[in-house]
Amino acid sequence: MQTATNTIDDAEIAKFEAMAAEWWDLEGKFKPLHMLNPCRLDYITSQIAAEFARDLDASAPFEGLRILDIGCGGGLLCEPMARLGATVVGVDAAPRNIPVAQVHAEQMGLTIDYRVGTAEALAEAGEQFDVVLNMEVVEHVADPLGYLTACQQLLKPGGLHICSTINRNPKSFAMAIVGAEWVMRWLPKGTHEFAKFITPDELFDLLQKAGLDPVDRKGFQFNPISWTWRISDRDLTVNYVTAATKP
Amino acid sequence: MRNDSDILIVGGGLNGPVLALALARAGFGVTVIDSTSRDTRAAPDFDGRSYALALASCRLLRALGLWDKLAPHAEPMLEIKVTDGRAGEGPSPWMLHFDHAEIEEGPMGHMVEDRHLRAALLDAMDASPAITHLAGETVVTQDVAGPRVLLSLASGQQVKGSLLVGADGRGSGTAERAGIGRTGWGYDQTAIVCAVAHEKPHGGIAHQFFMPSGPLAILPLTENRCSIVWSETDSRAAEIMALDDAGFLDALRPAFGSFLGEISLTGARFTYPLGLTLADRFVDDRLALVGDAAHGVHPIAGQGLNAGLRDVAALVDVLTDARRRGEDPGSAAALARYQQWRRFDTASLAVATDLFNRLFSNDNPILRAARDLGIGAVNATPSLRRTFMREAAGLTGDLPRLMRG
Repeated sequence: MQTATNTIDDAEIAKFEAMAAEWWDLEGKFKPLHMLNPCRLDYITSQIAAEFARDLDASAPFEGLRILDIGCGGGLLCEPMARLGATVVGVDAAPRNIPVAQVHAEQMGLTIDYRVGTAEALAEAGEQFDVVLNMEVVEHVADPLGYLTACQQLLKPGGLHICSTINRNPKSFAMAIVGAEWVMRWLPKGTHEFAKFITPDELFDLLQKAGLDPVDRKGFQFNPISWTWRISDRDLTVNYVTAATKP
Repeated sequence: MRNDSDILIVGGGLNGPVLALALARAGFGVTVIDSTSRDTRAAPDFDGRSYALALASCRLLRALGLWDKLAPHAEPMLEIKVTDGRAGEGPSPWMLHFDHAEIEEGPMGHMVEDRHLRAALLDAMDASPAITHLAGETVVTQDVAGPRVLLSLASGQQVKGSLLVGADGRGSGTAERAGIGRTGWGYDQTAIVCAVAHEKPHGGIAHQFFMPSGPLAILPLTENRCSIVWSETDSRAAEIMALDDAGFLDALRPAFGSFLGEISLTGARFTYPLGLTLADRFVDDRLALVGDAAHGVHPIAGQGLNAGLRDVAALVDVLTDARRRGEDPGSAAALARYQQWRRFDTASLAVATDLFNRLFSNDNPILRAARDLGIGAVNATPSLRRTFMREAAGLTGDLPRLMRG
C-alpha cells in the first residue's frame, strides 16, 4: 500500500512539476503575464518601498511585511515578494494552481503559504496583511464593491492595496479583447468581458466606497515595436494600476 | 535571501574582474575563477596589448573607482587619422581626420596598457570583501540544479551561485560546456603588438594605415611612446617575428614612416591570431556570456574590449533591476533581457569589422578607389564625422547606467 501511495504521489508531483514549468515558461501560454510582470513588479516594489520606507537596494527589504497575493496562479508575484524578504500568502480560487505554485516555490528554495481560497473567506477568518496585491482580478468578479470591501478588511490600518485592471473604452476593447484574445491568442477567447472593465475614475470611486484612500494611478503601456511594457504617468487607456491605503 | 556567492564568473582577464567589481558594488557576492595564476597575470610582460578605451568605458572604470589609479597611465586620444596606404608609397591623399574638438564630450577615449589595467583590477578585487578570487583554478564540470549552478574545480573545490558568467574569452570553455555553438572564421592574419618609443611627441594622435596585407595602427601611449598593432598575413607575421629587434624595426619603418622621428622598441613583441567568433546565443540556463566569450572581433576598429565592457555594464543593469524587483537574477526572464540588449549590437559590430577588414586588407584597384571615395566622403561631411566619433566613443544606442557618466 505504501508503495502504491508513493507512486500516486510521485505521479501527481510530476504532473504539478510539468504544470509549474508551463507557468514559468516565458514563451508558453503565460507569455503575456511574463511580459507584463517586470512592469507590475516595478510598480509594486516601488509603492511598497515608498509606503513602508524600505530601501530596495538593501538585503531583504520587505522583511517583517505580511503580503497577500489574490489570484496567485503559479506564483509569479509571490516568489519575488518572498525573495525580497516578505512573509507571503498566496490564494487562488482555482485549486489546481496551488500545488503547482507550491512545487515551484520549493524548487526555488522559497517559503510561501499557498492556499485555495478567496479574499472574502480570508477576511471572514480575520486574516490581516500589510499589503494586498489585487492584480488583474477585479475585472473578473461579479460584485466589485463587495470584493474590494473584503480586500479592505484584510488590511491592517496603514496597509497598502495595489489593484490593476483594464480600462473600458474603444481602445481597450480593441487591445484587450480583439488584440489579445482574437488576434494574438494570448488569452483564450472569453477571458475578458468588456462590460466588466472598469475606468480609473470608477475604480477610485469603488475603492473609496470600500473604505480605502486611493493615492496613485499609473498606466501599463505596451510598446508593440520593442514588445515590452512600461509604466506610464499619462496613458491609462488600457491596462492600469492603482495604489490605495487603509486609513 | 542572498547567497554569499550569488554570481560565479569564470575568466580573470579584463571583463571578468570589471564585472566582479561592478556586481560587488551593486551588493552581489561574487566568485571569480581564473585559470591563470595570480603571479603569471601580475607579471608585466604577461600581455603586451594596449586598449583604446572609449569614453563610455572610461566612465565605467571611473564609476568603479579605478580611474584615479589608471589616469597617470592613460593617454587621451585627441585625434584619429585614417589613411589608405601601400608600403613604400606613403599615404594616399585621401585621409579621414577625426578631431575631438568637433564633439563636446572631450577626447574620444584613452589609451591604456593591459599591464596597468590588470594590476588595477587585481588590487581592486583584493580590496573588495564581496569578491572571492580563485586564481589558478579551472572548472571541471558545471551543472544547474534548481535555482543553483554548481561548479566543480580541478582542485576538488565546489562553488555554488545563482548565475554563472562566462568571461573566458574566444575559446570559452563555459560556453562549450553549456553546449553553445559558435560561428566564425580566421582571417589568416596575425596582429603583431608592441610598444615603441619615438623622438617626437605624438600629440595624442592615433594613426590607422590600411595596408593591403592588413591595417597598421599607431596608438599614442604616455610619454613619447606608441602602441603598434600591425596586422599581417600569418606567414608574413611569422617572418617578421623571426627577425631580431633591429631587423623588426627595419621592417616596420617603411610602413610606420618618419613622422615621429627615430623609433625603438621598449619591450617584448607579442602576436595574436585574428579571427571572428560569435556565440550562437549569449545566455543559457543560469548562464550569460560576456566579452570575447560572446563575440570576438577583428581589432580593426579597436572596439573589442569596449564591446565587452558594454556587455558588463548592461548585465549589471539587468541583474540589479531584477534583484530590486525580487526576480531571480539568474532566471531565464532576466537573462533574456541581457541577450536582447546586447546580441544585436555585438553581432552588428562583428559584421562591420569583418566587412571593414575585407574592404581594406587587399590591393584590389576597384575596392581601393571605392574606399578612398568613402573615406573622402566621410571626411568632407562634418555630421558623418561626428557620428563616427560618437560611435567610436561608445556614446550611441541604449547606454547602461554605469556608462552614462
